[in-house]
Amino acid sequence: MSTASIGHNVSLERRAWNIRRHAILMGEVQGQGYIAQALDIADVLATAYFHAMRYRPDDPEWEGRDRFLLSNGHYAIALYAALIEAGIVPEEELESYGSDESRLPMSGMASYTPGMEMSGGSLGLGLSIAVGKCLGLKRKRSDSRVYTLFSDGELDEGSVWEAIMSAAHYKLDNLIAIVDVNNQQADGPSTSVMAFEPLTDKIEAFGWFTQRVDGNDLGEVRDAFDAAKAQHGRGKPSMIIADTLMGKGVPFLEAREKNHFIRVEGHEWELALAALEERKPA
Amino acid sequence: MKPAATKVASGGSGAGKPRLTTSAMIASIASEGQRTKPAPFGHALVELARQDDTILGMTADLGKYTDLHIFGQAFPDRYYQMGMAEQLLFGAASGLAAEGFTPVATTYAVFASRRAYDFIHQTIAEEDRNVKIVCALPGLTSGYGPSHQATEDLALFRAMPNMVVIDPCDALEIEQAVTAMGRHKGPVYLRLLRGQVPLVLDEYGYSFELGKAKMLRDGYEVLFISSGIMTMRALEAAKALENDRIDAAVLHVPTIKPLDTAAILEACSRPGRLVVVAENHTVNGGLGEAVAGLLMREGVHPVFRMIGLPDEFLAAGALPTLHDRYGISTGAICNRVKEWLG
Repeated sequence: MSTASIGHNVSLERRAWNIRRHAILMGEVQGQGYIAQALDIADVLATAYFHAMRYRPDDPEWEGRDRFLLSNGHYAIALYAALIEAGIVPEEELESYGSDESRLPMSGMASYTPGMEMSGGSLGLGLSIAVGKCLGLKRKRSDSRVYTLFSDGELDEGSVWEAIMSAAHYKLDNLIAIVDVNNQQADGPSTSVMAFEPLTDKIEAFGWFTQRVDGNDLGEVRDAFDAAKAQHGRGKPSMIIADTLMGKGVPFLEAREKNHFIRVEGHEWELALAALEERKPA
Repeated sequence: MKPAATKVASGGSGAGKPRLTTSAMIASIASEGQRTKPAPFGHALVELARQDDTILGMTADLGKYTDLHIFGQAFPDRYYQMGMAEQLLFGAASGLAAEGFTPVATTYAVFASRRAYDFIHQTIAEEDRNVKIVCALPGLTSGYGPSHQATEDLALFRAMPNMVVIDPCDALEIEQAVTAMGRHKGPVYLRLLRGQVPLVLDEYGYSFELGKAKMLRDGYEVLFISSGIMTMRALEAAKALENDRIDAAVLHVPTIKPLDTAAILEACSRPGRLVVVAENHTVNGGLGEAVAGLLMREGVHPVFRMIGLPDEFLAAGALPTLHDRYGISTGAICNRVKEWLG
């Protein structure tokens, strides 16, 4: 089964670039959005949707699909961009982002969008749901995997650690969790809001197969997904700790004073697109 | 000021006076000599699971205290111990439901309603997942103090869209409600009585129907509208009031949401009856206010009174003592009704 309906020979670099472009176009529609996060996570999403995961774009609820749970619902703009690139959401819907009656609300919700498996918004929910889905898939003797993306700020939530403990207890080797460590949450740098390092040691101590990668290095991210997938059958859940750079791919946004919700002036959306265009991969 | 609740329990020196101990978690709500059935929920769930292989049991370290261990013994491979982690319990239940299963998740009512509220709201109710939430120690059925007294669970779950809320009276009703909630597709909150559970409604030829109120006895002076164990108390009170030549009807409303508005309006429209809503719950936001709001909206204005728990943190102590003190014992109900009738 192919993983995408369109452009089989498109490089991961170009997929990531397209995801960034879709996200910027959506941000421009609303004049706001968690665009810096979308840019930082584009490489992870490109790898998930165009290297790792199994799905059918024309049948988002296909039983044999891998599940992707977006725990950090405010990253919806990034996931919509990936779903558009994957052919699950039509590209023309991008213009409806955040508008009344749109299937693409600013925070991801299960009932609104094809390919959106859970309702986020309230942080710290995704890993618990993922535990249930993994238990369910094992009951069904399915070889599908559950991927879940969450943010470093969510590490503050106790429920995340409840889920981390239980995933190891139940030997959920069909679970691949990715935490986006961009070190930015609502009140400031995540590590200063609540110290969570040494994160690799902590997750490993909970019994997970744990990898830490540069989340904006496609080669590293791809290898990490491959290694995590190889854990299936070995009795351990997998965690990919992805260190990312907010605004990645648009230099003036990378350099902007870091903020959870970065301000992009009206004229800057065009500038961002232009900056991205200069870095267009083959 | 909170009265010293355990004085009765710890006194112990009074000649011949029974020592009432704090009925913490293992007490039965049954009065002495009352007919009971053991663990009706656990046994009914086993029956349901024999017919429906999507049924799973889940708990947060309270299997034995919610009668779910009976299911766990019958179906060990369909039983998930999630540890003492209620947020995880309900999030994982949502995930299992999304994969086509019907998780029945148990804990104490306080923990589902207070600790895990957002998880239930977002991962179960908002996503409309087929999860059954079954919770022990509803209202004032523990003498352990506010940490275990779920006096506001109905108000909280009534406020949640998509949630069906059931407050069963006895063992018979629990058995039938388990079957009914299995048939209903969507989230359900079921208040649980466990251990030796009183058997009352079989005498009334009763059968539970989701969303339906049932008139258990008629009477022309007083109309009790009640749910849960308060229906048992209302029936006892109605019988006792016969000695005072007071004729009382009892309308049992086990489904708090959706409310059987037609049955309530019809019963309340009959002229000349004092309407008394009786609930094992704070007077804020439960059955009493649900009925009051309905009557106001529909322009039906009987003389209306509420029996329920006060808006305060309740004391620890022996349940009979507490039920008397807070006005939900049979004796207390009779006294109030006689006062109201003048």
